[in-house]
Amino acid sequence: MFTAGNYVVAKSLEEAYQLNQKKTAGILGGMLWMRTGKRRYSTLIDLSALGLDGIKETENELVIGAMVPLRELETNETLRTYYGDAFLEAVRHIVGTQFRHMATVGGSLFGRYGFSDVATIFLALDCTVELYHAGEVPIETFLAQKPDRDVLVAVHLKKTPCKVCYQSQRITETDFPVLTCAVSRQESGWVFAIGARPSIAKRIENTLPYAPTAEEIAAFVAHADETLSFDSNMRGSEEYRRHLTRVFVRRAIGQLMEETR
Amino acid sequence: MTITVTLNGKRITDDVAPDLLLYDWLRQKGCLSVKCGCETTNCGLCTVHVDGKPTLSCAMLAVRADKKTVTTLEGLQEEAIEFGGFMADEGAEQCGFCNPGFIMNVLAMKEEPDVYTWTDRQIKEYLEGNLCRCTGYAGHLRAIRRYLAARQEGMK
Ligand SMILES: Cc1cc2nc3c(=O)[nH]c(=O)nc-3n(C[C@H](O)[C@H](O)[C@H](O)COP(=O)(O)OP(=O)(O)OC[C@H]3O[C@@H](n4cnc5c(N)ncnc54)[C@H](O)[C@@H]3O)c2cc1C
Ligand code: FES
Ligand code: FES
Repeated sequence: MFTAGNYVVAKSLEEAYQLNQKKTAGILGGMLWMRTGKRRYSTLIDLSALGLDGIKETENELVIGAMVPLRELETNETLRTYYGDAFLEAVRHIVGTQFRHMATVGGSLFGRYGFSDVATIFLALDCTVELYHAGEVPIETFLAQKPDRDVLVAVHLKKTPCKVCYQSQRITETDFPVLTCAVSRQESGWVFAIGARPSIAKRIENTLPYAPTAEEIAAFVAHADETLSFDSNMRGSEEYRRHLTRVFVRRAIGQLMEETR
Repeated sequence: MTITVTLNGKRITDDVAPDLLLYDWLRQKGCLSVKCGCETTNCGLCTVHVDGKPTLSCAMLAVRADKKTVTTLEGLQEEAIEFGGFMADEGAEQCGFCNPGFIMNVLAMKEEPDVYTWTDRQIKEYLEGNLCRCTGYAGHLRAIRRYLAARQEGMK
């Protein structure tokens, strides 16, 4: 568990940002991950009073505040309308209901965790991350960057019509995943995101047409893992992860083609 | 730092350190049903309700409970005894160590809007964050089914 000298409920994003410029300060999300460390924080910065805990719908976007808990991703009706069960499927294995009432979207993305189901699902969608200082950046750019001293404000999901399929493999129900796979099919084409490689989720470069032939699918699946790097760890070998990637990609293509038939 | 919390129906104002866990504060206040079973936020034993939501008190700062309503098993005696009766009837416990957290999460679950239509799988998934190292959860599930059925019967 960490220790802390001071705790401030920020009154504005500017205040949170300024306080966070000190290297020894830390922004509190749900604090579930922070709790596992032993750091000494000079100041803990709480974003709870900034109204970042809701999901708002605008004409072109769904805006998910940084303090939205994972449980909300799972149960929110608007998300379900646009993405079916994909968010539910992505977070339902994360520890337990109580945990998911606490862990936040901001903390889950800012940490760029290799095992992250949350990073994987967002990476398959048309979305940007809003940072207080750097502004809106595409999710793939954000996930590839090292954590800095900025403040994550929200995730902007574009209302691009799409179908999404989420899968993960775990040794036991609530363990960290061995592999995560999120696939979306939109008119402009397919997006494949693979996470827990075991490093952070990445997209598979692809040129799969919107309505591929059986041969095109077979060829793509055969090489799905080749544009990504994989590693071994205590949860699974590199070879097993490559195998799972091909299986999940094939299943997702089949399921999404079936759904839009 | 000064916090004011409604704990089990009583308003309490207290001075706490910025890094004091809610779990430690609750035990200081005599809520000894709240226990710590792990250091990894995995076991659910420390579950309390914060503004009605099941929350791991081992992973929340006491300062964050300021102006909130916190309920522990001590504040839900009647409900706990009622559900505990179904647990006992179904032989759903052995050492009983996991019970306080488990009961608190079941009491939160019963407030979910469509809980009476839930499948066994939905119930199990809701309670996945509560670990019991003695039993295989089969008795727990039977107890919950009978408890929900009895409550639904009582509503008629
Ligand atoms: C035991 C355990 C098991 C887990 N299993 C899984 C799993 O299977 N799958 C999965 O996807 N995830 C898993 N997680 C991760 C979890 O879901 C959360 O992603 C994680 O706890 C971080 O979220 P948080 O809100 O608790 O962030 P915190 O712990 O509060 O913060 C994490 C980091 O992000 C920073 N931060 C927080 N919010 C912001 C913000 N708005 N702007 C800038 N910086 C910010 C903090 O300063 C800190 O450095 C697990 C975590 C634990 C502890
Ligand atoms: S003590 Fe184990 S989850 Fe809180
Ligand atoms: S009855 Fe012993 S841990 Fe559950």
